[in-house]
Amino acid sequence: MTATAEVPTKRRTHIGLAQSLRNTAVLVRRNVLRNVRLPQLLLFATVQPVMFLLLFNFVFGGAIGMAVPVPGFDYIDWLLPGILVQTAVFGSTATALGLTEDLQNGVIDRFRSLPIARSAVLSGRTIADLLRSTFVAVLMLFVGYLLGFRIGTDLGSAVLGLALALLFGFAMSWLAASVGLAVKNPEAAQSALFLLIFPFVFASSVFVPTGTMPDWLQVFADHQPVTILANAVRGLMVTGDVGSYGWRALLWIAAILVVFFPLTVRQYRRIVG
Amino acid sequence: MAEPIVAADDIKKCFGKIEALVGVSLEIEKGIIYGLLGPNGAGKTTLIRILSTLLKPDSGTARVAGIDVVADPPGVRARIGFGGQYAAVDEFLTGRENLVMVGELFNLPSGEAKRRADELLERITLTDAADRQVKTYSGGMRRRLDLAASLVGRPEVLFLDEPTTGIDPKSRIDLWDLITDVVDAGTTLLLTTQYLDEADYLADRIGVIDYGRLIAEGTASELKALVGGEVVEIAVPEEQRPAVVEAIQPITTEEPHIDERTGNVCIPAPKGVATLVDAVRVLDGIGIEPHDIALREPTLDDVFLNLTGHIAEDETVPRSRRGRGRSRQR
Repeated sequence: MTATAEVPTKRRTHIGLAQSLRNTAVLVRRNVLRNVRLPQLLLFATVQPVMFLLLFNFVFGGAIGMAVPVPGFDYIDWLLPGILVQTAVFGSTATALGLTEDLQNGVIDRFRSLPIARSAVLSGRTIADLLRSTFVAVLMLFVGYLLGFRIGTDLGSAVLGLALALLFGFAMSWLAASVGLAVKNPEAAQSALFLLIFPFVFASSVFVPTGTMPDWLQVFADHQPVTILANAVRGLMVTGDVGSYGWRALLWIAAILVVFFPLTVRQYRRIVG
Repeated sequence: MAEPIVAADDIKKCFGKIEALVGVSLEIEKGIIYGLLGPNGAGKTTLIRILSTLLKPDSGTARVAGIDVVADPPGVRARIGFGGQYAAVDEFLTGRENLVMVGELFNLPSGEAKRRADELLERITLTDAADRQVKTYSGGMRRRLDLAASLVGRPEVLFLDEPTTGIDPKSRIDLWDLITDVVDAGTTLLLTTQYLDEADYLADRIGVIDYGRLIAEGTASELKALVGGEVVEIAVPEEQRPAVVEAIQPITTEEPHIDERTGNVCIPAPKGVATLVDAVRVLDGIGIEPHDIALREPTLDDVFLNLTGHIAEDETVPRSRRGRGRSRQR
């Protein structure tokens, strides 16, 4: 056996940062094309948040509007920044869907058999989903404008607010990717994620001021990340009063990424099928 | 022989309590087609996934193109192609875009990736459909595209896991010819299959795998010789079978056996047509007219029956495709 007589290769072939970025760019393009060519994906990603915006504004707006603590503040001004955060968070479930579908179709096997960066398949997916969320969010702003939403600060702050909501959605995409790789099935991943996401989105300041909630719930609602994000975005876009919410929002985003980026890459490496 | 291009030494792999591989050693010479033959759940897929770096073995070592699969997976990946059990192509991309994407992932410059895609599209005769989205392709076209995708990086070793499972007979033969062409270009191919005829047609050497063990190895004719060559198969109604078995006993050296699936009486036919003629005479002598009597090549079942004492159960486990579902009942 000549094979065993030889000195085994110790040096591991290195994949550099430049190559990682190139690999990621190729896969971002692939996933964006998927979003564009399967119009139903983009349609549902768009229709659902617009429906939320319309329903909440017209069905609950009158009643909830009275509880909004800021005088002269229309409900749409309260609602829209919150809905931007909600849309970004709901949008992250698409990451789990896309990833689990690729797993089931054997596409991930092909990618794993290629000499590409381990993180590229995941980054390609989360970045493409970030681009889709950006499109949806801009559309939401436009619909909001038609409903009477007005930026109360300046354009720069408003863009920062939008960026913060989208960045949070990006961080949540990594969490969703982790759940997707753990359960490996699109339906199960989506159910698990909605179960996790719903309490955070509804027991928050997205739709209503938390002051109207029972004390025990208010403690949760005031301190959980979705409220912090919604308040920060609202401050940046409407009131101009961000307070501590800005850096707390960034801290949450960083914390989620620090935990779920390495965890998800590790899960990806160990997929056994 | 020169250093084997694929060398596995005592590979073991468990999934929980299920032992998928219980110590497989294997050497494959450069440039040949090696067929890994076995029933579902035998461990074929597990072995091919370990050799192509998709799975880590629990123990044992393996080198592909001189590189250790555990120590340097990216190094191995740069030198191999992999085609899984299901055509892993993107439905919403065109055939050409699928291949260009893989080329770009191999770090080919954009122009080179396009040229490589064109070249491969021509080789798989998909040039006309190249700019249609894959969702409009037939199963056979997808398989060809999947094969092309695994060739983009000009692999030294190509791994194909059941390349023709689930496609129609015509496409199957097209794919066989295509695979033969690919390997003429100097690539070493390791493929898994459940079909003896496929291994027979394609492979220079065949390894028979069962219950996570390599139980026999050789050329197709060596394996058939093990089985004893051709078989005479006699189809008669069930109540006549004992009489037939008794009557043909004298013309065969081995005990006649009854095929578990078809119920046909089978005897080895070392003398070929002469044995067939003998059998017809014997049956005529006892006044039994069979529905059918034929001389046939040994099948995977015969190989398995001979090597293992059980037939290769051909259950279909469509989605548990990782070769871990060893759900065979004995």
